[in-house]
Amino acid sequence: MSFLTNLINGISLGSVYAIIALGYTMVYGIAKMLNFAHGDVIMVGAYISFCATQYWHMPAWVSVIVAMAVCTVLGIVIEKLAYKPLRNATSLAVLITAIGVSYLLQNLALLIWSSNTKNFVSIVNFGNLSLFGGKLIISDVAIVTVLCCVVIMLLLTWFTSKTKMGRAMRAVSEDKGAAQLMGVNVNQTISITFAIGSALAAVAGVLLCSTSPVLMPTTGAMPGIKAFTAAVFGGIGSIPGALLGGILLGIIETFGKSYISTELGDAIVFAILIVILLVKPTGLLGKKVNEKV
Amino acid sequence: MSNVMENATAAAPSMLEVKDLHVYYGSIHAIKGVSFHVNEGEIVTLIGANGAGKSTTLNTVAGLMKPRHGSILLHGENIAGMPAHKLISKGMALCPEGRRIFLQMTVKENLEMGGFSRPASEIEESIENVYQRFPRLKERYKQIAGTLSGGEQQMLAMGRALMSKPSLMMMDEPSMGLAPILVEQIFDIIQELKEAGTTILLVEQNAQMALSVADRAYVLETGRISMEGPAEELLHADSVRKAYLGN
Repeated sequence: MSFLTNLINGISLGSVYAIIALGYTMVYGIAKMLNFAHGDVIMVGAYISFCATQYWHMPAWVSVIVAMAVCTVLGIVIEKLAYKPLRNATSLAVLITAIGVSYLLQNLALLIWSSNTKNFVSIVNFGNLSLFGGKLIISDVAIVTVLCCVVIMLLLTWFTSKTKMGRAMRAVSEDKGAAQLMGVNVNQTISITFAIGSALAAVAGVLLCSTSPVLMPTTGAMPGIKAFTAAVFGGIGSIPGALLGGILLGIIETFGKSYISTELGDAIVFAILIVILLVKPTGLLGKKVNEKV
Repeated sequence: MSNVMENATAAAPSMLEVKDLHVYYGSIHAIKGVSFHVNEGEIVTLIGANGAGKSTTLNTVAGLMKPRHGSILLHGENIAGMPAHKLISKGMALCPEGRRIFLQMTVKENLEMGGFSRPASEIEESIENVYQRFPRLKERYKQIAGTLSGGEQQMLAMGRALMSKPSLMMMDEPSMGLAPILVEQIFDIIQELKEAGTTILLVEQNAQMALSVADRAYVLETGRISMEGPAEELLHADSVRKAYLGN
């Protein structure tokens, strides 16, 4: 049964990584940049939800919506102020700026919420699911996390393939200039992508802290890096890739920690990433498009 | 006499009028005072060697690049410096160099992108019109565009540009990389488009073909217009023959 328990925990952790990885992968696909501040948006989302339930006494589900709204605005503002002026700069300049924004968010959180850890209260509490006469226990948070991930994936797939805006996003990710010639406002599209990614980050933040309740200004950093790893693992720029990469990473991490070594868990994750990238540099589902002449 | 001439031009203003256009790539002065015009219903071609500034001129007119100086009048309105995504609803479409279709989308999705600026209710009808002109695209509407042959990709690029129902269609090197038989097919289509009432600004390295289909032509040389006139005349001008037609 411990195998099944681990598998379920892995899938649940992986679902959080997948939701975060979507933000990385969509922004990379559209703006061709790595938004390293994405992990810290998760942390902001978790703090907002925490404040909403503990200080402003809102119901849990309302706190999630407030967190999503705040992070959406935050994402748009970050893009406008920090990244948009660098649209034609070198990718290295953008990368360094993103790291700067990441530290800015962490330090702002430190100013506002101090370095004392907050004890996040899970937003899900309908009770754990007990199977096989109590031999297998699935936590309520795990169920909600996996469900959220599935729903988000389905919505995003529908959005990018069926809606006009979604199609415009795919067009921009393939060829900005050509998309512009079709009448697509590229800046607006990038802005919307940041908004969606940041709203998802808020959801991920709440789910993450509902599973492991320690909330502090650096809470988002490590999951952020791991989700970025998951995005690269699955093939950066690919939405199904983010899902696959996230889930696999979560499972590998959980199994690594319980069967090999707790201390080496993270090292195993990154070692596997390196091996995969050596064999398949574009990631599991990454595409390499050859232009036909 | 000159008065009569002026009145005549006033009655039929140019669809596109470019005046003293200057474009820079950083500090490189790529376009150095180019002026030309395209009248309604004409095919006008810009010919010239590689690097003469043909594509830069088209991309600037289409709003992908900003001019440092000069004006671009479309139906009398100065559009210089306006972003590309706003120009398409003013009746201008560019079929860009290298086709630049969306390789990971299906043929139909590419056409739908072409109609992005138009109300959804009109899209289906326009797609049918494109299919009529390019039956090959209808056969392959579900196929991923990246798997089409070069000629089919060019047809898709043209069909996609037509989806916005442009009054001015600009084409950048539509014959690039195509087999001679396909080149001829593409130029037949350009002729058909003109007959259907579309005004065309064509940039080509294949000067022979471009001049044989165009009404008027401009020769670009290192960012300046070195010669202009009726296409027929340029086709037979010695200097053009030597420099661009290889005999």
